Amino acid sequence: MDLSVINPILLIAALMSAATPILLAATGELVVERAGVLNLGVEGMMILGAICGFAIAVETGSPLTGFVAAAIGGAMLSLLFALLTQVALANQVASGLALTLFGLGLSALLGQRYVGVKPPRMGDMNFGPLADIPVLGPILFSHDPILYLGIALVAAVWATLKYTRVGLILRAVGENHDAAHALGYKVVRIRTLAIMFGGACAGMGGAYISLIRVPQWTEGMTAGVGWIALALVVFASWKPWRVLLGAYLFGGITQLQLNLQGAGVAIPVEYLAMSPYIITIVVLVILSADKSAAPGSLGRTFHASH
Amino acid sequence: MKLITLLASAAVALGLAGGAYADGHEKTKVGFVFVGPIGDGGWTYEHNKGRLAVEEALGDAVETVYVENVAEGPDSERVMTQMALDGADLIFTTSFGYMDPTINIAAKFPDVKFEHATGYKRADNVSTYSARFYEGRAIQGHIAGKMTKSNIIGYIASYPIPEVIRGINAAYIHAAKVNPDVEFKIIWAYTWFDPAKEADAARALIEQGADVVLQHTDSTAPQAAAQEAGNVVTFGQASDMGQYAPFPRVSSIIDDWAPYYIARTKAVIDGTWESTDTWDGIGPGMVGIGEISDAVPADVKEEALAMKAAIADGSYHPFTGPLKKQDGSDWLADGEVADDGTLAGMNFYVEGLTGEIPQ
Repeated sequence: MDLSVINPILLIAALMSAATPILLAATGELVVERAGVLNLGVEGMMILGAICGFAIAVETGSPLTGFVAAAIGGAMLSLLFALLTQVALANQVASGLALTLFGLGLSALLGQRYVGVKPPRMGDMNFGPLADIPVLGPILFSHDPILYLGIALVAAVWATLKYTRVGLILRAVGENHDAAHALGYKVVRIRTLAIMFGGACAGMGGAYISLIRVPQWTEGMTAGVGWIALALVVFASWKPWRVLLGAYLFGGITQLQLNLQGAGVAIPVEYLAMSPYIITIVVLVILSADKSAAPGSLGRTFHASH
Repeated sequence: MKLITLLASAAVALGLAGGAYADGHEKTKVGFVFVGPIGDGGWTYEHNKGRLAVEEALGDAVETVYVENVAEGPDSERVMTQMALDGADLIFTTSFGYMDPTINIAAKFPDVKFEHATGYKRADNVSTYSARFYEGRAIQGHIAGKMTKSNIIGYIASYPIPEVIRGINAAYIHAAKVNPDVEFKIIWAYTWFDPAKEADAARALIEQGADVVLQHTDSTAPQAAAQEAGNVVTFGQASDMGQYAPFPRVSSIIDDWAPYYIARTKAVIDGTWESTDTWDGIGPGMVGIGEISDAVPADVKEEALAMKAAIADGSYHPFTGPLKKQDGSDWLADGEVADDGTLAGMNFYVEGLTGEIPQ
C-alpha cells in the first residue's frame, strides 16, 4: 500500500470532470421536478444527447456545435414526454420509463455509423497565467468550458429559483398547480418549458460523456448515470447547491476508490465499490434533516377541468 | 348433421394444419443472449459476428434471434424463457453470470439445447464452451513487460472469476519473466461494460504511473483514454479494436466464435448435438492474436510471434512450472504444466502479484 502514488491535485481535477455529466443532468431534472413533473426519462435523454452531440461534432468538426446539438436533441426527446404527459395526460412514471427505453433504442440506431469514430477534442479553457498557480491552477483553471458551464448553471438555477419572478412562478406551479392555474399561470406551458430545459441539460450531460470523458461513441454508454442523477435530485432535497455537492461527492469518491484500488489499499474492493453510493446518500440524508419536502404537485397530472 | 360435418371437417383441417405446422418447422431457431450491446466493439461484438456467420453459412436453414444488454443473474432467466417459448432450438448464453440461470432454464426445457460461454456447469442439454484467452494474455504480458518504461502495468479487471484471474496471472508471469521489476496495479471495475467507468479506471492507472494498460472489460474506452495520455500502450480485448492501431493499441486478443457457432448449429440441425465441454485456444483458432503493430520493436514482435507459434503447436504452455502461489507455497514444479481443472477454477494469484482477490 502506497498512498503517495495518488496525486490529490489530479484527483480533484478528475472528480470535477467525472461529476459533470451527473451534475448537468441532475440540475435539469431539478428544474423539472420543481415544476411538479417527474421525468424518469433522464437516461434516455442523456444517451440521445450523447449520440446527437457526438454525430454533429464529428460532422462539423466543432465540439461546441456538438453540445448545442446535444441540448437540442435532448430537448426534442423531452418534448415527446411533454406531449404525452401534459397534453395526452399520460402517467408520468410510465411515460418516463418509456422515454428511457426509446432513447436507448433510437440512439443505438442513430449511432451505428459512429462506432469507432474519433470525435474532435474540445480544448481546455485558456486562463493564461492563472493556470500556472500551484495547486489551484490545475484544480480550478485547467478544464473544458462545459465543466464551468455546469457550475454556472447550478448558480443560475439557484438564483433564478430563489430571487426571480420566473422562479417563483415555477415553484408555484410545482407546489400547487391548481392554485397556480387559478392565479392565471399557464401550467402546461410552464411545465413544458421546464421539461425541455431538463431535456437540454440531460442531453449536454450525455454529450459530456461521449465527447469529453470517454471520448467515443458506444451503445448504452451512459450506463445508468441518468438514474444516479435522478436519485441525486431527491437526496439533495431539490436544492441546487446540494445537487452540486452530491455530484462532486459521488464523482470524487468514485475516482478515489479507483485510485485506492490502484494503490493497493487493503480495504476489500466491495466496500470501495459501494462507497460512492453510501457516502453520498448518508451525507445528503443528514443534510436533508431540515424538513425540506418534495414539491407538492410532483408527479401529479394537471388538467384545467379538475 | 351438416353442422357436425362442418365442425368435424374443421377439426380435421385444424389438425392437419397443426401437423403441417409442426413439419413445417424446418428452420432451426438459434437464440443468443448478450451481456452488452452488439456495438460495444469488444466481447459482444465478436459474439454477434459469430451469429451473423451462422446466418451466412447456413442460410435459410436457420433463423437467429438475439437480445442485448441482458443483466447477469435472475433477469436473464426471463429472457431465456421467452426465447425457449418462442421456439428456439439452440440458445447461446454468452457471459459467465448466465451460468446458473442457464442451468435452471435448461431443466425446464429439456428439448432445447443450451450453450453457456465461459462457465463450468453442464447438463444433458447444456454444453459449455470457452476460449483459452490466457494464451493470448501470456503474449500480451511478454510484450507489456518489454514495452513498459515505468515498470508499472495497469490492469482493468472486471469481476473476480477464474477466467479473469487466469488472465492476470498469465500476463503477470510473462511480464515478470522478461522484466523482473514489473509491478501490476489492478483495478476491479465490477462491470463488463461501462465506458465512462473504464475510462476513469484507465486514467487512474495512468495517473499512478502505468504506461501499459491491459483490460478485461469490453469497451474501447480505455484505448481512448490511453490515446489521450499519449505514451501509454494498450491491447485490444475480445475484438481487434484496430481503430486504435498502431498506437496505443499494439496488439489484441480476438475471440473467433464463428466456426464453433456454425458447427454447433449444424449439429442441432443434423440431430447429432451432444452436451460437450469445449475449451480451445490459439491452436484451433478460437483465440486470435491481432496484428502486432510497428510500435513494438522488431525483436519483441518476433519473440511474441514465436511464443504464439509454440503455444499453437502445443510445445509451450503458459502455465509451466516452476511457479509459486502468491503466499509462497509451491504450485507447479519445474517443467510441470497446469491441469485444466485447476485453471478452470483458478482463484489465487501467482507469486509476485500484490493485493488480494476480492472474494
